[in-house]
Amino acid sequence: MTEFTRRHPLWSLIIVVLVALLLWLILAPWTPGVEAVLGRKRVFLNAIFGGLTLGALYFLVASGFTLIFGLMRNVNLAHGSLYLLGGYIGYVVSNVTGEWWITLPVVFIVVALLGLLLQHQVFRRMEGQELRQTMVTIGLSVVLADLMLWVWGGQSYTLQTPQWLTGPATLPIVVGTDRSGNPVYMRFPQVRIAILVMAIIIGVGMWLVLNRTRLGMLIRAGVDDREMLTASGVRIHHVFLAVFGFGAGLAGIAGVVGGTFQSLAPGEDTRFLLASLVVVIVGGMGSIPGAALGALIIGLVEQIGLVYAPTYSVVFTFLIMALVLAFRPQGLMGSRR
Amino acid sequence: MAVNEAPRANGVDAPLAGSGFARVSAAYWAVGFILLIMPVFAGNFWLFQIFGWSFCLGIIALSLMFLAGYGGMVSLVQMTVAALAGYAVAILGTSGVQQISLGMPWWLYIPLAIIIAAVFATLVGALAVRTEGIYTIMITLAIASAFFYFTRQNYDIFNGYNGFNFVVPPRLFGVDWRQPTAFYYLSLGMAVLCYLAVLYVARSPFGLALQGVRDNPRRMAAMGFNVTAHRIAAYAFSGVIAAIGGILLVWQNTQVAPFTAGIPAVIDILIIAVIGGLRRPIGPFVGAFIYVLLSTFSPDVLSSFGLSTERFKLLVGLGFLAVVFFSPDGALGLWDRWRERQRKNLDPLTGQPRTAGTA
Amino acid sequence: MNWTKRSLLGLAGAFALSWGLSAPAAAQQQPPIRIGILVALEGAFAAGGRDAVRNVELALRQVNHTVAGRRIETIVAPTDTRPDTAVRQARKLIEQDRVDFIIGPLSGSEGIAIRDYAKTIPDRTIINGISGALEMTWVDPAPNVFRFNLDGAQWGSGLGTYVVRNKGWRRIATVSADYSFGYTNFLGFAVDFCRAGGTIVQRFWVPLGAADFGGVIAQLPDNVDAIYLGMGGTDAINFLNQWQQAGAGTRLIGGTIMADQTVLSARGRAKDALIGTPTSGPLAEDNPDPAWQNYVRLYREAFPANERFNSPSLFGVGYFIATSAAIAGLNAVNGDLSDGQRRFNAALSSLKLATPLGEVSLNENRQATGTVFVNEVAEGPGGTLVNRMVARVDGVNQTLGMTAEQFRAMGLPSRTNPDCRALGGG
Repeated sequence: MTEFTRRHPLWSLIIVVLVALLLWLILAPWTPGVEAVLGRKRVFLNAIFGGLTLGALYFLVASGFTLIFGLMRNVNLAHGSLYLLGGYIGYVVSNVTGEWWITLPVVFIVVALLGLLLQHQVFRRMEGQELRQTMVTIGLSVVLADLMLWVWGGQSYTLQTPQWLTGPATLPIVVGTDRSGNPVYMRFPQVRIAILVMAIIIGVGMWLVLNRTRLGMLIRAGVDDREMLTASGVRIHHVFLAVFGFGAGLAGIAGVVGGTFQSLAPGEDTRFLLASLVVVIVGGMGSIPGAALGALIIGLVEQIGLVYAPTYSVVFTFLIMALVLAFRPQGLMGSRR
Repeated sequence: MAVNEAPRANGVDAPLAGSGFARVSAAYWAVGFILLIMPVFAGNFWLFQIFGWSFCLGIIALSLMFLAGYGGMVSLVQMTVAALAGYAVAILGTSGVQQISLGMPWWLYIPLAIIIAAVFATLVGALAVRTEGIYTIMITLAIASAFFYFTRQNYDIFNGYNGFNFVVPPRLFGVDWRQPTAFYYLSLGMAVLCYLAVLYVARSPFGLALQGVRDNPRRMAAMGFNVTAHRIAAYAFSGVIAAIGGILLVWQNTQVAPFTAGIPAVIDILIIAVIGGLRRPIGPFVGAFIYVLLSTFSPDVLSSFGLSTERFKLLVGLGFLAVVFFSPDGALGLWDRWRERQRKNLDPLTGQPRTAGTA
Repeated sequence: MNWTKRSLLGLAGAFALSWGLSAPAAAQQQPPIRIGILVALEGAFAAGGRDAVRNVELALRQVNHTVAGRRIETIVAPTDTRPDTAVRQARKLIEQDRVDFIIGPLSGSEGIAIRDYAKTIPDRTIINGISGALEMTWVDPAPNVFRFNLDGAQWGSGLGTYVVRNKGWRRIATVSADYSFGYTNFLGFAVDFCRAGGTIVQRFWVPLGAADFGGVIAQLPDNVDAIYLGMGGTDAINFLNQWQQAGAGTRLIGGTIMADQTVLSARGRAKDALIGTPTSGPLAEDNPDPAWQNYVRLYREAFPANERFNSPSLFGVGYFIATSAAIAGLNAVNGDLSDGQRRFNAALSSLKLATPLGEVSLNENRQATGTVFVNEVAEGPGGTLVNRMVARVDGVNQTLGMTAEQFRAMGLPSRTNPDCRALGGG
């Protein structure tokens, strides 16, 4: 951090000013002048907070994708199918048990096992052959999509949120005054707050594992120089299996989360595959902090776009990606190779 | 880079081996002759729907084969370039949406459409060549998605969700080019033209340099070649090919809409090129023919075997999976291997088939 | 090699089969009438498409697959709701399978593409399946395209009057899907609503597949009587889910596909937000009309319970009526399809068809005039949701009660059309 401020004093200043401006926009009551530009404060804050929670979901999906790519150079275009499958399994489990929290570990384990199978049976056979991997995973996603359509049909599924998470919470942020002059506080869906907290916990946990444990050390070494790590006697394939299983399980959990505050249906697999691609390209392939930053940016852009320029909101994310590619092809947090 | 891993015993470099009419093998003459006299024995449906469509898709997939096979760049944006050319024809020329179409004459809008598409392809190329291998696939996929969403949302130029209907070829030289036989020869002619153009460019100094860039960009850069410029130029050339295919496809369909270049359509072009084989320019046409046959008749086949037509996608997916899993170089690779085995069965001295005793 | 070879063999088999089919037909005195069924069997509408195929079969069983002494054969051509696939399959039906006429397609943009394709085959007939695009029979209609179902704008008509008169909801904001069906269905509702004196405070258009509506929900004004939602399928479920999570503010009004079977059969509690929501569309499941009751009974008797819906779907009814119209038209000309089907077309144009949904007649654009039903979502047995009929509006025509000139002057459905104030609303 200090090194960053030393090396890029101008950028640091800009970031500090932007953060301060954002905090002021969130906390201070808005003057009519600001409202004339940005509309009502409630709308603006909801877009920001909605973007944060959407970013949290994207982070859950994309972090597994980026981890797998960073370590193994595996391009898993069936990642979206793992997401959707996780969501469907979560629906079945929560219907049987009636408990939302139980679904998370169950889905994680089931989808992780499928991931292990994929790595062991498919990717190991074609290591280093990117085009073939791409093709095979495209084929797999077509097959998986049709199998899921067969089992679960074309209708939409939503997971039941736990009772104590339904409805909105009141946040201690004033968004305006009612007619009698009393302050009106911001209301925001509780389930979204829970998802944000969960993503932060998982993200921090991943960071700790990567930076504080032996496994994390092996993974980071593998990302940097795979041949050297293999040469030093590490059974790299076990590390690969672990990481692939973990990444797949994470995609499954993301499916449960997505099925809770959005919904599950055929086609969601492609949508989340594309979202993951954009997130990791913007953030930088193979970087967990990059995935977090990319997810945050994409989530915010989607929500703010939907509020202030709905017509082309779906195009904005791709524009951001093109901009990043044009000026920083390795992604915002990616390292030059 | 992505394609390089495939062994290249007698692959892309094959065009170097021969030139001139004498070197063209008998099989090509036979196929050419059959294609020429096809209208004598094939019905309108086969001419227009099966062969016409195959040629259109084949040309678009050929543009991908050129980039991937000779340039080592797998671009998923080729269908998008083709659709843009189709849109340009609909917007500049005539269509069912009179309030948008400008109604220019054909000699103006056809070249303009090709130029617009080529410029777009060049811009995409300039962006995409900053990346390599799998990144190229993802970036071009993302650009293709952006184009799809943009055309779906924009009503002023692209007429949004419905796109343009009733886009028909101009009546030239007194011929209605939408008549099956006329369209058959038009698309056949264009396919041959594009095929020869790709062969010619591949053997030209530019093509040879491009293949050098594919195999070893550093060495080429050291030898003074501008690697980036070669790659972008490859995108521009492939853009022209894709544009021709796109215009034909729109005429064949009589319509263009966002779904023409939706994500499934974009992936389909990749599937076509891979199934046919990415190593020779004839591959995409083989792939397109297989694809067209499958998508036209597989519901009939499934139901004639008493199977439900619903699981059609599953079968196609499994078939595709089998091809890429077992034969990375597509149907042509299977053919090559079969020929190889046949040749092994011949006695190397006499050229006669080995008898059971000596084998 | 094996895989390719086998599929090629399969293809050869299919050709042999289609030859075989035509051989005994030639032996008969009268050749059979071949009908092509153009229907979506892939993608979001696959379940509806299968119901459509069932209903064609049901309609043909009523006449024992024979009209005027000629047998009727059907050939199903599956599409994936993409317009180019629809045109391709239509061409296959006409050129390869040599059908006499086509029943279909199913979705809106397919309908527009087929309208233009129809102009290239003037001596064949197309009877629409259930495509609801206004443009199909309004903008440059093809003389050989007939539509016996109402279009998307007609489906929205009648609801506006109902919410103003019966519910007293006069100020609304609207959230609708940003594509042609969204515009068309909204136009039908808004024309009626504004003429009844309602006010549309704000209009939101959300792109298809924009799964996160949090920002839109926060924008909805507080001081309105209700929110009109014109979405469908997954988007509808996503919106309702997030609407509940944000604390479900005011009452809702639904577009035609907001509370259809696709949404009501979704799993999970999201759809519960719809209870009490009025919607309008071409059918009511609990319609007491004997014609409808009789039809539902026929449908239930014809197919085992696990191979059908509980009650015919919108798609099924559309194809049933289209097939009935074809049978009636063929009867009127005694099975005579000669002379480029001119007589058949004339017979179709002048039909007064008794359908399960009431009597339907065609106008000069060959577009149906018929009945729109207003339903309200209610809780059914076992936690399911059902639509209860609360009103019906008979004789809704293509121009929604305006003259053709007025309707044309209003312009085609778009993000800004119709102008509520110009229609007498606010």
